[in-house]
Amino acid sequence: MDQNEIKRLEEKAREIRIKTIDVIGNLGVGHIGGCMSVIEVLTLLHYKTMDTDPKNPNKEVRDKLVLSKGHAGPALYCILADRGFFPEDWLYTLNVGGTRLPSHCDMKRTPGIDMTTGSLGQGLSAAVGLALGGRINNLDRHVFAVIGDGESQEGQNWEAAMTAAHYNLDNLIAFTDYNKMQIDGYTKDIMSLDSIESKWTGFNWHTLRVDGHDMAAIDDAVERAKAVKGRPSMIILDTIKGKGCSFAEGVLSNHNMVYSREQADEAIRLLKGEA
Amino acid sequence: MADTRDLREVYKDTLCTLAEEDKKICIVEADLMNATGTPGFKSRFPERAFDVGVAEANMVGVASGLAAAGMIPFAASFGCFAARRAYDQFFLSGNYSGLKVKLVGTDPGVSAIYNGGTHMPFEDIAMMRAVPGLTILEPCDRRSLEELIRQAAYLEGSVYIRLHRKGGLSLYDENTSFEIGKGVVVREGTDLTIIAAGLVLMEEAVKAVEILEQKGISAALIDMHTIKPLDNDLVLEYAGKTGAVLTCENGQAAGGLGGAVAELLCDTKPVPLSRLGVKDEFGQVGTLDYLKEAYGFTAENIVKEAENLVKRK
Repeated sequence: MDQNEIKRLEEKAREIRIKTIDVIGNLGVGHIGGCMSVIEVLTLLHYKTMDTDPKNPNKEVRDKLVLSKGHAGPALYCILADRGFFPEDWLYTLNVGGTRLPSHCDMKRTPGIDMTTGSLGQGLSAAVGLALGGRINNLDRHVFAVIGDGESQEGQNWEAAMTAAHYNLDNLIAFTDYNKMQIDGYTKDIMSLDSIESKWTGFNWHTLRVDGHDMAAIDDAVERAKAVKGRPSMIILDTIKGKGCSFAEGVLSNHNMVYSREQADEAIRLLKGEA
Repeated sequence: MADTRDLREVYKDTLCTLAEEDKKICIVEADLMNATGTPGFKSRFPERAFDVGVAEANMVGVASGLAAAGMIPFAASFGCFAARRAYDQFFLSGNYSGLKVKLVGTDPGVSAIYNGGTHMPFEDIAMMRAVPGLTILEPCDRRSLEELIRQAAYLEGSVYIRLHRKGGLSLYDENTSFEIGKGVVVREGTDLTIIAAGLVLMEEAVKAVEILEQKGISAALIDMHTIKPLDNDLVLEYAGKTGAVLTCENGQAAGGLGGAVAELLCDTKPVPLSRLGVKDEFGQVGTLDYLKEAYGFTAENIVKEAENLVKRK
């Protein structure tokens, strides 16, 4: 990836970050922390890595994304709207009664959402099924999955991890949003995930670990994962919960946070580089 | 020649026929293929048979992903695991997502015999009835099972199928047709209607109507192979015609077939109703005969319930 491409994606990530703060701020409450930590990976996937078509979201041969930490839906919605999967004004209906954009990803309601998630721990199994289905039908498809670190405490992830390795699913590339925080506190205090890399290598996954806010590093990891044959890949993203959002970054209570319009506007001003 | 196949063999043969016709048919199991009867499917269609090991939640999640990829997955395990252990996965990854996952729970009710109370699903119907839009089947007869599996594969939505693995009835001739959501009148009658589901109770109910006949009580018998959506029209027609209804099921009557019929009748035209099934108890080990006796799943008990019911008219 050349410098211009990196710059383009970084700029896009900044736009999406601003839009997400604005959209959640419209209602004044939402999962801001876990949205901010996955902005870079979602931006990279949707604006570079994945083959998708906003005009034809249901076409058969395309890459799929399972956002298993379904509460980061609003960040993904901002991307999908920007890419033209649905009109931008839908964004401001987030969590309003009758909306097509609920807190947690819902494939029945939202164009461009490939799997319904929200009960943590279920997405990776579905991603395994999607990858198996792609293989049966000889589709040149990659399936991407993003799981949370707190979510990794759900045992079903490890059932799915075994299955993906057993069936040699090299068309499956997963990410862990390792922001090291969960609702009740720091993951190291609630239920430690140390040492997270050896857990995935122990399950026979090709495992990489990069700075989850470094676009070039994530891209490099994805390209290396694509080159691996016979094994699924896990890319652990070292991230900061609430990253880039002034009132939320690193704040323990940022999982599902109430914030004011003024706080939102201030955070957006800072991201825009305005004084 | 008479068809003597176990129901699990009928299930496997039907899936093989479907898979021959349609490359979308696949199976996902959790280390119980040898019990659910599908090794024959795996040997014929190895690329479409997935064993995820002892991991039922993952089994249903993987099946949901396969459905999202356009496949038609049949996932199967013992009913206790398929329903209780993978309920949230079936609810959310399957049903809430609008995906078409066909989930088979074998060893319904007392048919779990020596595996005992830990493995005895009495509550699965009640749990599954609460899932919006879900179809629930419990065929007891070989021909109906084959036809209903075929229809379930192409139904727009998820399905939970209670499958008695061993034995099976051959109740119907070649002219009987079967449709999901439509009960089958096995026998006409005028004094009461027995509505039964599943092999254990249907076998006994067939005997019971004969005994009742000898006692001068004419019982209609309905095979309610679809518990949800319930065949309301048929229930109301026979409740009206006979004036009394007795439900029989191999599981908790509360929330089960008995619950469904009770809700319908109370909401519309109440008639004297009796519900034969498990009464808020756990399962236990034993032979099938012992367990049938223990929970009252015998022709004699059906007769007794029917006689008491008719007196209430």
